[in-house]
Amino acid sequence: MRLGYLVKRILFLIAVVWVAATIVFFIPRLSARNPIRERFAEIARSTGFAPKDLEQIIAAYEVKFGLNKPLLQQYVEYMGGVLRGDLGPSLTRFPKTVLELIFSALPWTIVLLMLTTLISFALGNLLGALASWPRSPRFVKGLMAPLMMLQAVPAYLLGLLLIFFIAFRLKLLPMGGAYSQGVTPALTPAFILDAARHQILPAISLILASLGFWALGMRGMGITIQGEDYVNFAEHKGLHPRTIFTQYYVRNALLPQVTGLALAFGSVIVSGVLVEQLYGLPGLGGLLGDAILKNDYFVIYGITLFVILSIAILMFLVDLIYPLLDPRIRYESR
Amino acid sequence: MTQIAAVGPKPDIQEARYEQPSRLTLVWRYLRRNKSLVLGLAIVIALTLFTVIGSLTIDTAKRAYPLAVKPKQPPSAEYPLGTDFFGRDLLAVMVRGIWQTAVIGLIAGAIGTGVGVILGFLSAYYGGVVDTLIRAITEVLLPIPAFLILVIIAGSIDRKSVTIYTMALIVSLLAWMGPTRVMRAQVLTLKERLFVHVARLSGMSNLEIVFKEILPNMLPFILASFVSGVFAGIFASFGLSVLGLGPLREPLIGNTIWFAQQQAAFFNGWWWWPLWPSLALVLIFVSLTLINVGLDELANPRVRRAE
Repeated sequence: MRLGYLVKRILFLIAVVWVAATIVFFIPRLSARNPIRERFAEIARSTGFAPKDLEQIIAAYEVKFGLNKPLLQQYVEYMGGVLRGDLGPSLTRFPKTVLELIFSALPWTIVLLMLTTLISFALGNLLGALASWPRSPRFVKGLMAPLMMLQAVPAYLLGLLLIFFIAFRLKLLPMGGAYSQGVTPALTPAFILDAARHQILPAISLILASLGFWALGMRGMGITIQGEDYVNFAEHKGLHPRTIFTQYYVRNALLPQVTGLALAFGSVIVSGVLVEQLYGLPGLGGLLGDAILKNDYFVIYGITLFVILSIAILMFLVDLIYPLLDPRIRYESR
Repeated sequence: MTQIAAVGPKPDIQEARYEQPSRLTLVWRYLRRNKSLVLGLAIVIALTLFTVIGSLTIDTAKRAYPLAVKPKQPPSAEYPLGTDFFGRDLLAVMVRGIWQTAVIGLIAGAIGTGVGVILGFLSAYYGGVVDTLIRAITEVLLPIPAFLILVIIAGSIDRKSVTIYTMALIVSLLAWMGPTRVMRAQVLTLKERLFVHVARLSGMSNLEIVFKEILPNMLPFILASFVSGVFAGIFASFGLSVLGLGPLREPLIGNTIWFAQQQAAFFNGWWWWPLWPSLALVLIFVSLTLINVGLDELANPRVRRAE
């Protein structure tokens, strides 16, 4: 049973990734836009340099990147490359490969998104649990309404308002960028401190936008648990309220929230893309935005594949871990 | 028993006449209890009034587009919300932008919910191969972040030809999977109810059962799904236009923010330019969420107990 379930899940996730990759592959190719031509037009516009044999140069590029072959053959070759871990070259930053670009952008995104997701998960669940806990003070319950409102607002907008009030008006924190101008990236304490200062506002906007999701979910779970026999029994045994809260209440309510983590990752990465764009951070989001404006197919493919693959893997891991956390759930019951 | 009855004064049954209040009173009483629905509706009505009165009093067809007024003016008596770098009156931009944003949201919500209702019905009511197929497609598409796909679609389209209607269509392309799943689940539970069996035994046809028995019972869910569809549509179109993928000629709210960012409005001290559209969007998103919470309470009375 266990093995059958595993195989089924793996097949499902492969289907998800494959469908996504296929959709993503064909859409940009159906359009009339030609990134190589656009690149040369851009060069001609900005430098006044317009070679006479432009058509030949473009054709040579297309042969080099294999863009002159039939689309279906390109699709098969690209998919083959993906399976070997080769995501192809970048069309507009040519000598660089897509993989290189992704790996140079990845640390920024991972640090920002991981930290904000974890902080928001911990804080949101704590607030949600406290809001449903009958003994907690009134002001915690009053926090739910503002959190719900915040959750409705995209992180990008929160970021914009934070830039206006905190960076522009109060001048407390930098308005954008990953580090101060004139500073060379190095692993020194001074640089890390400087970079961290630049991450505060993006992080706050991402946390504020997602906090409500966890808090509301947790509060809902907490309310259903309140009437459960084991909570009543623990109270009648005379256990300390703190023990009941952490060991009986939060522990049971937290489990379904863990499944939410994998799904939340999908939406976090999307708002991460926009927030990185807003603050001009050199992460995956900035890379993707740039690639889309230039229609650099291979970079677009690479990033979307990377994101979807990470979501699929996370979903799979959560599926696997979940029954370990909650013995009531069996692998086959789904 | 007799003792207790002897203690209190005998209740006068004749007096306690129950009068059925009028429908309007009932709605009013309900609204007084459902505060989030009222607050959400109030914001939506206020925004509607703003656009209606605005478009009647201001020449938005001219002043919301470049080179209409003096550029870069801070808010003043002449320009209550200021003007932008390109010489647009921001008041006119907001009037038109809120309207266009609403149009995109409404189209996306209608298409997403409509397709969802149809597919959900087909899937749940007929079952078999149709059900398996529709379910497989929605299950596979759901984990893919729709926004990533939308960004790619919007990026591949020739930017000059994007209008708010193509924008709405792009946004609704991947907005039907959620509603399909919800509707399917609803129909599945409803079609096993007693009243549906009775209707079938009394000789109603399939179509009649769908339209007369099942659909009316699903209205609250359809309405809730429509509101979240509008929300998702505006959310997605905002994300796209903030990346510069919107219909750039139109004064859509997201576009206005994008233009302000492109011209580094905060760095240059034109703080009013991105501020108004951001506040308008916050109002739109908050009001839709409030309405959805209110509708949830309406459709699912069990939520009430949690309060």
